[in-house]
Amino acid sequence: MGLGNDQSRRLLSRMAVNDKHGENSPYFDGWKAYDRDPFHPTNNLHGVIQMGLAENQLCFDLIQEWMKNHPEASICTPEGLNQFRDVAIFQDYHGLPKFRKGVANFMSKVRGGRVKFDEDRVVMSGGATGANEVIMFCLANPGDAFLIPTPYYPAYARDLCWRTGVQIIPVHTDSSNNFQITREALETAYNKAQQDNINVKGLLITNPSNPLGTTLDRDTMKSLVSFINEKNIHLVCDEIYAATVFNKPSFVSVSEIMQEVDFCNKDLIHIVYSLSKDMGFPGFRVGIVYSYNDSVVSCARKMSSFGLVSSQTQHMLAFMLLDDDFVNKFLIESSRRLAKRHSLFTEGLEKMGVTCLPSNAGLFCWMNLRSLLEEQTVEGEMKLWRVIVNEVKLNISPGSSFSCSKAGWFRVCFANMDDETVKVALRRIKAFVGKEAEKAKNVIKRRQRSINGLRIISSSSSSKRFDESWAISPHSTHIMSPHSPIPHSPLVKVT
Amino acid sequence: MAIEIEQPCVELSNVAVSETHGEDSPYFAGWKAYDENPYDELTNPSGVIQMGLAENQVSFDMVEKYLEQHPEASTWGKGAPGWFRENALFQDYHGLKSFRTAMASFMQQIRGGRAKFDPDRVVLTAGATAANELLTFILANPGDALLVPTPYYPGFDRDLCWRTGVKIIPIHCDSSNNFQITPKALEAAYQQAVSTYTKVRAVLITNPSNPLGATIQRSVLEDILEFVTRKNIHLVSDEIYSGSAFSADEFVSVAEILEARDYKDAERVHIVYSLSKDLGLPGFRVGTIYSYNDRVVTTARRMSSFTLISSQTQHLLATMLSDEEFTENYIKTNRERLRKRYEMIIDGLTSSGIECLKGNAGLFCWMNLSPLLEKPTREGELELWNPILHEVRLNISPGSSCHCSEPGWFRVCFANMSEQTLEVALDRIRNFMHERASVNRSLFSNR
Repeated sequence: MGLGNDQSRRLLSRMAVNDKHGENSPYFDGWKAYDRDPFHPTNNLHGVIQMGLAENQLCFDLIQEWMKNHPEASICTPEGLNQFRDVAIFQDYHGLPKFRKGVANFMSKVRGGRVKFDEDRVVMSGGATGANEVIMFCLANPGDAFLIPTPYYPAYARDLCWRTGVQIIPVHTDSSNNFQITREALETAYNKAQQDNINVKGLLITNPSNPLGTTLDRDTMKSLVSFINEKNIHLVCDEIYAATVFNKPSFVSVSEIMQEVDFCNKDLIHIVYSLSKDMGFPGFRVGIVYSYNDSVVSCARKMSSFGLVSSQTQHMLAFMLLDDDFVNKFLIESSRRLAKRHSLFTEGLEKMGVTCLPSNAGLFCWMNLRSLLEEQTVEGEMKLWRVIVNEVKLNISPGSSFSCSKAGWFRVCFANMDDETVKVALRRIKAFVGKEAEKAKNVIKRRQRSINGLRIISSSSSSKRFDESWAISPHSTHIMSPHSPIPHSPLVKVT
Repeated sequence: MAIEIEQPCVELSNVAVSETHGEDSPYFAGWKAYDENPYDELTNPSGVIQMGLAENQVSFDMVEKYLEQHPEASTWGKGAPGWFRENALFQDYHGLKSFRTAMASFMQQIRGGRAKFDPDRVVLTAGATAANELLTFILANPGDALLVPTPYYPGFDRDLCWRTGVKIIPIHCDSSNNFQITPKALEAAYQQAVSTYTKVRAVLITNPSNPLGATIQRSVLEDILEFVTRKNIHLVSDEIYSGSAFSADEFVSVAEILEARDYKDAERVHIVYSLSKDLGLPGFRVGTIYSYNDRVVTTARRMSSFTLISSQTQHLLATMLSDEEFTENYIKTNRERLRKRYEMIIDGLTSSGIECLKGNAGLFCWMNLSPLLEKPTREGELELWNPILHEVRLNISPGSSCHCSEPGWFRVCFANMSEQTLEVALDRIRNFMHERASVNRSLFSNR
């Protein structure tokens, strides 16, 4: 219709034509496979099971029960309709006072009441996606950098960098010490940036970690706070999974550390939060920026005009989050169900000799498949991954998409399905691992025969796996959002 | 409500410390005065009447009645089991298909079916604020410029420029031809950019206009289209007030012109819309970008991840807006009520000796107080505005905050209050004008 492709590209901004939206990453190929062939317990038993989606679907019954009993929380029910007008015109970027109070209250309870949050520091944003971007806009100029420990959430590349022009400098962690963040790694990354003349504005951590599913211990937290104070850079703590902690050690939030140490400049500390994981409401777009820096609160609040939470949603959540009784019960029950689900999955894996990083939080586990790699490289990992997606039919996420420095780790989500589906997934993994073990045995046998001078009868079966026709083109059209590219989350339930 | 941002010990970003958010402008001083002393019919009858807020409060009853009769619109409705879960989990940036379809249909109805909208070109954002910023990120690089006709909505300084680093170059319009955009003015603005080595990326118009309260004529739209095509730049048409035109025939959307010419050169055109004004639901944060450019649609959709609409709200509005009986009646009745309000305020102002620009849309009128200025300057305008705000106690918006190049014009909102309150406001204006006249007479007689 008029403009040629080239001309069309020139007419848009650089931001619009670059790849920083991140959707060309292989991470999203797994979503495509799922979308083409989604698992269903009755209609499509052999479809792809979605294990790449970090959603918390374990507690909807509790929420639905609460909603049934509280029609006044909706502005559309007879009980709540009298509030409609006031709520519908409310667009003040401070947010509904009761909503902010509810959020501050909830955040405090999630941390066992060990910290109090000031509702006047609660600033809204368009989900944690929006919150992370806003924080970057407030703290960093284009070209500045933030240090981020690997492995990290793939979409940070988009959220922190795309429109802000900020860059990520990875701080490498390793399986040799369970991916803990060391002072050495921080210093290495920081010093390299200095040498390259890159201005480091801060450190961003996700705690509990995505994809590791672990929480940072008190000493590490103190060490990080000490590091950023020394360098006089910001610390952004994405605590989006705070309430998904289901086992000891208990969660230590940066807000608690601030109460314990006397050397921290509070102007450097900022928390990003959301209800998407802890409560399972990603659709409601409830992101929060909580900063101890008054200027950042003020700036972020002005910026929140670009991503306010719908007043309808604020109104409902105000009721829910200020219901102490409900919140207390919800948090306990949610933890309990997550613990149970985590056990079901990891114990099942252990029985077949598959290990995961020991974890106490999150909606996923960090699975070690290094022994199944042909080569201990990213390519080796991607080859294995394609088999798992296309043959074993599980959409799990390869560690390389999280910038993990060691090949062979995979993030596997387990809270977005029911128990029966978990069992189906475990059966498939068991079959696959069994087959791989057989193949490995056969390879060893053949090698031994060859060493003994016998001719190799090469089975071409292993090479078929890596048939190029199954390779996914880097240019395939990606129509998926890193959030949920599909209209319906897998409501998999074995009836 | 000016908030001082001092230079902190650890630097924040340049964006954070700049003042491009615009909150230090006098526009917001009026809000402050209102916040400190808000009018209330019963409890504070001498307080400041808020006439600086372009909100539509005249048609809530219709929405409330709809909700009473349609409980399925709420997530509390008696849907299939798992409906809540499905809704709460839905975060696909394509948006609920039913909602996009309903929005496309609503936009079509507003234009009397003279333009068709494809639901797959509807991109959802949390309000028009986000939509305008997002489009700017997509169409322009930092340092580039958008041409915007004056007077314009004060929030554009923040929405288009703050985080994007893009500049606004004004297309000057004045009362000599009712503030219409002329080819000469377009060219002058473009040349201003050229002379400062600034790349122009788009023309951005608001149609119907805020603050003029008037629709842009078809011939002018055609001139603008011809201009952007010739210069090979984009056109963004913010049609947020399209449903607030007092009569269905008066509003011509750029969409109609494009459809009539078979979408020739449509790839450079993008429409912004929102439900904040027409449906009076600013709290729900419902904005859309409708683009005829596939690349822009794809990119905008990806960027909308930062500013999605709550799925709860999408569900509610999908139900309501797909009810064509409701929407047809709403659009028609809303127009009539706004027209009635407009006539009421115009009558009141005319009887006080005040003229307004002839308006036919929107939630405000564009009032001419230039004869009252001591000096025909921005300072003179603010000197007149001060007593209106603090003595007459009406928060109206001075034209300078809208970047109007001609001093003495004020935007006065009329749809965010009851008729009684509007009467009170008109009385106060009448008294103010009366006092002014008698002061002038005595001054004259003393000479």
